[in-house]
Amino acid sequence: MTTPASSASPTVSPPAAVETRKLRKSFGAFVVTDNVDFRLEQGARHALIGPNGAGKTTFVNLVSGALQPTSGAISLDGTDITSLTQAQRVKRGLVRTFQINQLFRKLSVLENVGLAITERDGLAGNVWRPAGRNRAALDEAYALLERVGLAADAMRSIEDLPYGRQRMTEIAVALGLKPNVLLLDEPAAGVPTGDVGLIIDLIEQLPAEIAVLLIEHDMAIVFRVAKRITVLTEGHVLIEGTPAEIARDPKVREVYLGERKTA
Amino acid sequence: MTHDASSTRTGNAALVPEAATATASAAAAAREQFSRRHRFTPLEVLPWLAAIGAYFAFPDYLALGSQILATIIFALSVDLLIGYTGIVTLGHAALFGTGAYTAGLLAANGWGDPVSGLLVAALAAAVVGLVSGALILRTHGLTQLMQTLVVAALLMEVANKAGHYTGGGDGLQGMIVWPVFGLFRFDMFGKTAYLYSLAVLFVCWVLMRTIVHSAFGRSLMGIRENVARMHAIGTPVERRKLTAYTLSAALAGISGALIAQTTSFVGLGVLSLERSGSILIMLIIGGVGQLYGAFIGVPLYMIAQDRFATIDPVFWYFWIGLFMVLLVLFARGGVLGILTRLVKRDGGTS
Ligand SMILES: Nc1ncnc2c1ncn2[C@@H]1O[C@H](COP(=O)(O)OP(=O)(O)OP(=O)(O)O)[C@@H](O)[C@H]1O
Ligand SMILES: [Mg+2]
Repeated sequence: MTTPASSASPTVSPPAAVETRKLRKSFGAFVVTDNVDFRLEQGARHALIGPNGAGKTTFVNLVSGALQPTSGAISLDGTDITSLTQAQRVKRGLVRTFQINQLFRKLSVLENVGLAITERDGLAGNVWRPAGRNRAALDEAYALLERVGLAADAMRSIEDLPYGRQRMTEIAVALGLKPNVLLLDEPAAGVPTGDVGLIIDLIEQLPAEIAVLLIEHDMAIVFRVAKRITVLTEGHVLIEGTPAEIARDPKVREVYLGERKTA
Repeated sequence: MTHDASSTRTGNAALVPEAATATASAAAAAREQFSRRHRFTPLEVLPWLAAIGAYFAFPDYLALGSQILATIIFALSVDLLIGYTGIVTLGHAALFGTGAYTAGLLAANGWGDPVSGLLVAALAAAVVGLVSGALILRTHGLTQLMQTLVVAALLMEVANKAGHYTGGGDGLQGMIVWPVFGLFRFDMFGKTAYLYSLAVLFVCWVLMRTIVHSAFGRSLMGIRENVARMHAIGTPVERRKLTAYTLSAALAGISGALIAQTTSFVGLGVLSLERSGSILIMLIIGGVGQLYGAFIGVPLYMIAQDRFATIDPVFWYFWIGLFMVLLVLFARGGVLGILTRLVKRDGGTS
C-alpha cells in the first residue's frame, strides 16, 4: 500500500497503521479501556497480552468499530476513523477475527469465505443476481483455502471440522477481505496443543505488508511471532517493548506471567 | 523447531501442476453445487398446479380462493422479514393496510385501473416501510416489536380519523375497479378476481424467489444467523435490513391492494393487530424461512377458518391454538418442515 513505509528508516515515522489516542471505554462506572495510547506500525507483528479481563477484546471491539468508545480517537493510516461504522472500517482494510468463532456453522468453509469475498467486492447487496452465479468469488475463495492449507476441507461444513481447522477458517475469512490491518483475537484459543502449530504457521505466513495485532495468552506463540509486545492490565497499558524487554520486566512477571503460573 | 512449519507448506497443492488440475476440478464441482441451488425443481410446480386445479374443482369458492392467493403474498412478505432476515414484526398490517387504502382510494376516486393501482400501492407501502423501517430498525428486541405495533396502531388511528376520505369505521365505499388491462371485467363469480390474483401472486413469487436466492438474500440469512460475523466482513447491516424491510413492505402493499381490488372494499381491519397476528400464525403453521411455508400455511388456515369459524368461533380459536402449541413443541419447521422430513426419509430408505 504505502510503499515508502517499506524502506523503514527509523527516524521518519510514516503514519501508524492504527493509532489510538486517549481511548477510553466504560460500561457504567466500570472503566474497561483506560486512556490507551497505542500505535500499530505498518506491517507490524505486534502482540497485545494481559490477564483475563484486562480489556483486550474490548480494545479490538473499539478499534474494529463493534463498540463506540466513551472518548478518545482512533486513526487508520493517519485518517481519523472514530466515527466510521464497522463496515466502513472493513472496506478500508481493517479486519478482525473473533476470540470465540463467529462462523456460519451449517455452511461450508468455502461458502464462509465466499460470503466475505462477495461482500468485499460489493456484490452482496445485489437483489437480482443469483448468489451461485458469483463464480469469481468462489474461485478466489478456493484459491485462498489452498494457500492456507484448507482446500481439502473446502466443502465440509464448519460444524464437521476439528476446532483447529475452524480457527483457521476464522482467519481465512478475514484474509478473504484483503486486510491491511489484521486484529487476531486469541487465534489459538481452545485449539488442541497438537494443532496449535497449524495456527502458528498460518500467522507466520501472513503477507508481510499486513499489520498484525495478535492477542494471545500462549506465550510460546507470542514470543515466536511478535516483534513488539504491549501489556494491558485493568484497561491501561502497563508497558510496551520488544519481547526481550517484556520478558525481563519485573512488573510484567508479577502482574501477568506470575499470575499465570499460580492460575 | 522453527523448521517444522514446512510440513504444512507441502500441503500447498497449487505448486504441483498435477494437483493443480485436480483442485481446479474440485473448485468447478464446488461452483456447480452452488449454482444448482437456485435452479427450479419439479416440486415447485405443485402449488401452481393446485391453484389452477382449484379454479376448476371449486367454482363456488373462487372468492375465498382469491383471498387466499392474495394473502399468500402477505405471508411471503412477512417471511422475508421474519424467516430470512430475522426481524420479528407484530405490525405488518401497517404496510398491508397502506396498500389496501392506496388502491381503494384510487379506485374510489376515479382511477380504477387495477394493475397501475397495484403498482402505486406497492410504492406507497414501500415509502411507508422505508420511513417506519428507518425508525423501527434503530431499536432492538422488545422495543422493536413494540415499535412495529405502534406504527400499525398509529396508521389505524389516522385511517379512522380521516373518515371523510376513508369512510372510517364504516369502511371505504364506492370503489369502482376497471377491467384488468381494459379487457377482463371482474365478474360476479370471481373468476377474473381469482386468475388476476393468481397472476399477481406468480409475479410476486418470482420476485421473492429471486430475492432469497440472490447474494442479497444470502446476506440477509447471514444477518439472521450471525450478525457479528456480517458486521466483521463489512456488511452494512442496517442498510441491508432496511432494504429488506422496504421490499417486504412493497409486497405487503401489493397483497393489501389486491384484496381491496378483488373485494371492492377496504375496512379498518386491514390495519388491525388481528391482521398482523393471523398472518404470523399462518406462516408459522406453514413453515418459516422456507419460501413455500406461505403456500401451505395460508390455505390451511383460511380454509379451516372458513369451515369452522362460522360454526363456532370460540372453538376455532381453541383448535388453532392447540395446533400452534403442537407445532411449536414438535415441528419447528411447520407443516412444510414435516413434509420435507418425510420426503427426505423416503428418499433415504428407497
Ligand atoms: N458489554 C459489556 N458490559 C459490561 N462489561 C463488559 C462488557 N464487555 C466486557 N466487559 C468487561 O470488561 C472487562 C474486559 O473484558 P474483555 O473481554 O475485553 O477482556 P479480555 O482481556 O479480552 O479477557 P480474556 O483474556 O478473558 O479474553 C471484563 O471485566 C468484562 O467483564
Ligand atoms: Mg478476550
